[in-house]
Amino acid sequence: MIYADNAATTRMSEAAVNTMVAVCRENWGNPSSLYALGQRSKEILEKARDDVAKAIGADPREIIFTSGGSEADNTAILSAAKQGAKSGKKHIVSTAFEHHAVLHTLERLKKEEGFDITLLDVHEDGLVRTEELEQALRDDTCLVTVMYANNEIGTIQPIKEIGAICRARRIPFHTDAVQAIAHVPINVEEDNIDMLSASAHKFHGPKGVGFLYVKKGISIRNLIDGGAQERGRRAGTENVAGIAAMAAALTESLKNQEKTAEIVTRRRDRLIRGLQEIPHSALNGDAVKRLPGNVNFCFEGIEGESLLLLLDDKGIQASSGSACTSGSLDPSHVLLAIGRVHDVAHGSLRLTIDEDTSDEDVETIIRAVKEVVEYLRSFSPIWRDLMAGRKQFIL
Amino acid sequence: MALYSEKVMEHFRNPRNVGVIEDADGIGEVGNAKCGDIMKMYLKIDDEMITDVKFETFGCGSAIASSSMATELIKGKPVSEAMMLTNKAVAEALDGLPDYKMHCSVLAEEAIKSALDDYYSRHGSDRAEDESSKKIGRPVDAAGRS
Repeated sequence: MIYADNAATTRMSEAAVNTMVAVCRENWGNPSSLYALGQRSKEILEKARDDVAKAIGADPREIIFTSGGSEADNTAILSAAKQGAKSGKKHIVSTAFEHHAVLHTLERLKKEEGFDITLLDVHEDGLVRTEELEQALRDDTCLVTVMYANNEIGTIQPIKEIGAICRARRIPFHTDAVQAIAHVPINVEEDNIDMLSASAHKFHGPKGVGFLYVKKGISIRNLIDGGAQERGRRAGTENVAGIAAMAAALTESLKNQEKTAEIVTRRRDRLIRGLQEIPHSALNGDAVKRLPGNVNFCFEGIEGESLLLLLDDKGIQASSGSACTSGSLDPSHVLLAIGRVHDVAHGSLRLTIDEDTSDEDVETIIRAVKEVVEYLRSFSPIWRDLMAGRKQFIL
Repeated sequence: MALYSEKVMEHFRNPRNVGVIEDADGIGEVGNAKCGDIMKMYLKIDDEMITDVKFETFGCGSAIASSSMATELIKGKPVSEAMMLTNKAVAEALDGLPDYKMHCSVLAEEAIKSALDDYYSRHGSDRAEDESSKKIGRPVDAAGRS
């Protein structure tokens, strides 16, 4: 089996599994309890907070543990919106290809609270232009939220520059760093980030746990009412085992981050070169400013779901932005945002490799994708029309 | 639970009647690339019998499986019977499709009917001369009712 869908989720690391099991077995007390069993859990929780904070250059008091990236995104955006509305500021700037945890939250603010939302163009290369961001800012802008790296095409945004622009205008800046954290170096101070969302299962931690970094001084409105956990910003007994496992996974990832990124980037580039040999195909997103493990292609004349099923038969797990894989009628909003037309967006393939993907695996993937694309084209009526000149190639 | 039934996967992995009939008597194409599904059906018809059928499909697993099953259901059958093929019959023969994939079976039914329409419109005029009393371009059902 070759697992090439690490943007969907990752295998838990041994360190994360061991930590999680150990906490469940030995330190299952409630961190809010005052006796020793509870206080040991509290210590584990606070140690994890220290580790997570250190990983991104934050203060431990700036870390709020959540159930994952979506909750972190919702909390950050809704908090900034509430704060903004107090002073009549109801304009938010974001991008057209954010994760739905961001886009749907913004849509709700627009529909239910009358917010005005500006979604920046991400151009053909999948990158935000800082000058366009600057132009979009208004006196009533209460939040800028731009993802660190895109989940489908992996393009890395000019976060530091965006942060600097927002700082100068005193506008809070949130970034959904779910795909980027642990894979590229992030420092909230250097990158001028006010709020940052992360999810453990994207860096070999467990599912159902993540965190939100909130710079000191920014007020947060809790989504869940209840106890005083997380300094009153997130009620509910803490997922101690999950949080400790997340910290273990993050610490481990960061220890090897530079080396891992170098190896994975080299394999990614080999994968890109190999797939570019397929005629009438195109890489989606900038070739350089992208996550180390992300490869995303469109192949003309075929549909993504059948491509995935046949790759699965060959032992390769991947993903696609075709409508059929999303259960909706439209293909991926990310591919449409970078200007891919429906016809070719349906024929997309996302391969997200990690340090466990060997050179040999990369060659196997290239061979398999070539075979499957050729096979599907052999009985595709679109491909026949393209080859016969009855239809113009798009790619 | 798997996404698709064993039958769907079997037809998807080994689709029957894939290809083109160069001298087809009827060709039908339905769907569009924008929606991510196109089916093209080729029919060879001899004496009101479907003697051969081939398909080409651009689409997801269930679209390919539905095309394959639809061709199997009409191959060697009288035109009158093929005209009565329903998407439900295609889906049932595949041991069911997920709800949001039922449109694939609809597309298969429409592709077959479109190819039969093409056959009638091409051969209609010939037969109109030969058998002027017979109604042309309208399918008859299995009982011979028009």
